[in-house]
Amino acid sequence: MDLTLKVWRQAGPDAEGGFKTYEANGVSPEASFLEMLDQVNEKLNEAGEEPIAFDHDCREGICGMCGVMINGHPHGPQDGTATCQLHMRKFSDGDSIVIEPWRSTAMPVVRDLIVDRSPFDRIVEAGGFITINTGAAPDANMTRIPKEAADSAMDAASCIGCAACVAACPNSAANLFTAAKMQHLNLLPQGQPERYTRAVAMVETMEAYFGSCTNHGECEAACPKNISIDFIAMMNRDYVKAQFKNFARAGQA
Amino acid sequence: MTTQQRPAVRQRRRWQDWLSGFFTSSVGLKWMMALTGIGLLLYVLAHLVGNLKIFLGANEFGEYEIDLYSEALRNLGGHLVPAGSILWLFRLGLIAAFVIHIGASAILTRRNWDARGMNRYEAPRQYAAANYASRTMRWGGTIILLFLLFHLADLTLGWANPSFEHGQVFDNVLASLTRPPVAILYLIAQAALALHIFHGAWSLFQSLGSANPRYNAFRRYFAAAFASAMFLGNVAIVVAVWAGWVS
Ligand code: FES
Repeated sequence: MDLTLKVWRQAGPDAEGGFKTYEANGVSPEASFLEMLDQVNEKLNEAGEEPIAFDHDCREGICGMCGVMINGHPHGPQDGTATCQLHMRKFSDGDSIVIEPWRSTAMPVVRDLIVDRSPFDRIVEAGGFITINTGAAPDANMTRIPKEAADSAMDAASCIGCAACVAACPNSAANLFTAAKMQHLNLLPQGQPERYTRAVAMVETMEAYFGSCTNHGECEAACPKNISIDFIAMMNRDYVKAQFKNFARAGQA
Repeated sequence: MTTQQRPAVRQRRRWQDWLSGFFTSSVGLKWMMALTGIGLLLYVLAHLVGNLKIFLGANEFGEYEIDLYSEALRNLGGHLVPAGSILWLFRLGLIAAFVIHIGASAILTRRNWDARGMNRYEAPRQYAAANYASRTMRWGGTIILLFLLFHLADLTLGWANPSFEHGQVFDNVLASLTRPPVAILYLIAQAALALHIFHGAWSLFQSLGSANPRYNAFRRYFAAAFASAMFLGNVAIVVAVWAGWVS
């Protein structure tokens, strides 16, 4: 396959960026999208040019490092797939492909296609700690968990933090990410002691960086893990409920 | 490349902190928009049901049903309260709902624009879930607001209706809607309203945190049914009056 790539190049966070066009020739349909970029980079290296910088790590859809806007689709045209799992057979010979970094104020471009996702770490920090750890480790099956709750907590926990939800959202909201990270704890018995303080802390940390949800549903469509916006509704409910909880008496102060 | 550190979680010690924390958060503002949205939905529904009385024409004494209806509205509460007071209570509630709904949306729009920044994607975004209605909420809402001001001037205050006479609802509506530009304006506004409701009546469930796989499909049907009922009902009035079928 021969392709024309239009790629965002930006030397550094404060540098002026712009699009550059590259030819990718002889790409195998079996290659993954990142392998295709690797091949382009090899050629750039040989020619003594700076290779295209892009984030990646596991290349099997579990780390959330990769992720670029491909022809206006976050993670490319295939549903439920991270960029690293996207194969070139999804494109046809002669296609031109626009490749751009995620865009939002909170996640500025570091270089080329790499953005700074650290606001996500701030959100997770705000809600992710476990209160106390006393005594010996409990027996494995002491805490009973309904199968359904375990399943939906797992669905939420499948979030890889790639930020496609922010990139896809016309409001640059991170509600899907925050809801997933919150609900995989809030749905389980072990997450109950801090449920409502967590809801408040995570929502308000999120809002310090990101826009607000207008229920377009674009995040759900973009998510490589197909996480449902039902979790956003659950987050909204927990946040509202938290306003009426007696934190002082419930030990969640 | 340091991401700016902003103070995040608001400290809450007194109940006032809780209240202000909730109402400055985007989730809280969306919650308010959903609640006032429900109020406004109930209002437009009641408004339509009342207005359909125009099709009943006049009773045997030659009084128009819709004129009697408007009089009944003004005299809600009978002789228990001063005339018009209950109606004014409703009006104040409506005004408050509008102010909160529009105010919250203005604040949120501002925040969303800031969050999106000047960054635009080069390739046209391929929307997979956002629809025309969801993407035109802000513009649609503005059109509805402008129309509402005209509508008040036209049929409540009479400024935009030369042959306006207070209390003569039937005649006023006929005088207004037989002017083609006005009738067209009403039709456009109904389309904007239906679109706004199509997204809003679905979206409010999400904002209020009501999601249950058992009923999720119902939320879409509800919004579609509500929007079409509003559209068909209101358009029927405009078309019927314009075409001269109502007399
Ligand atoms: S590289 Fe790990 S998810 Fe794509």
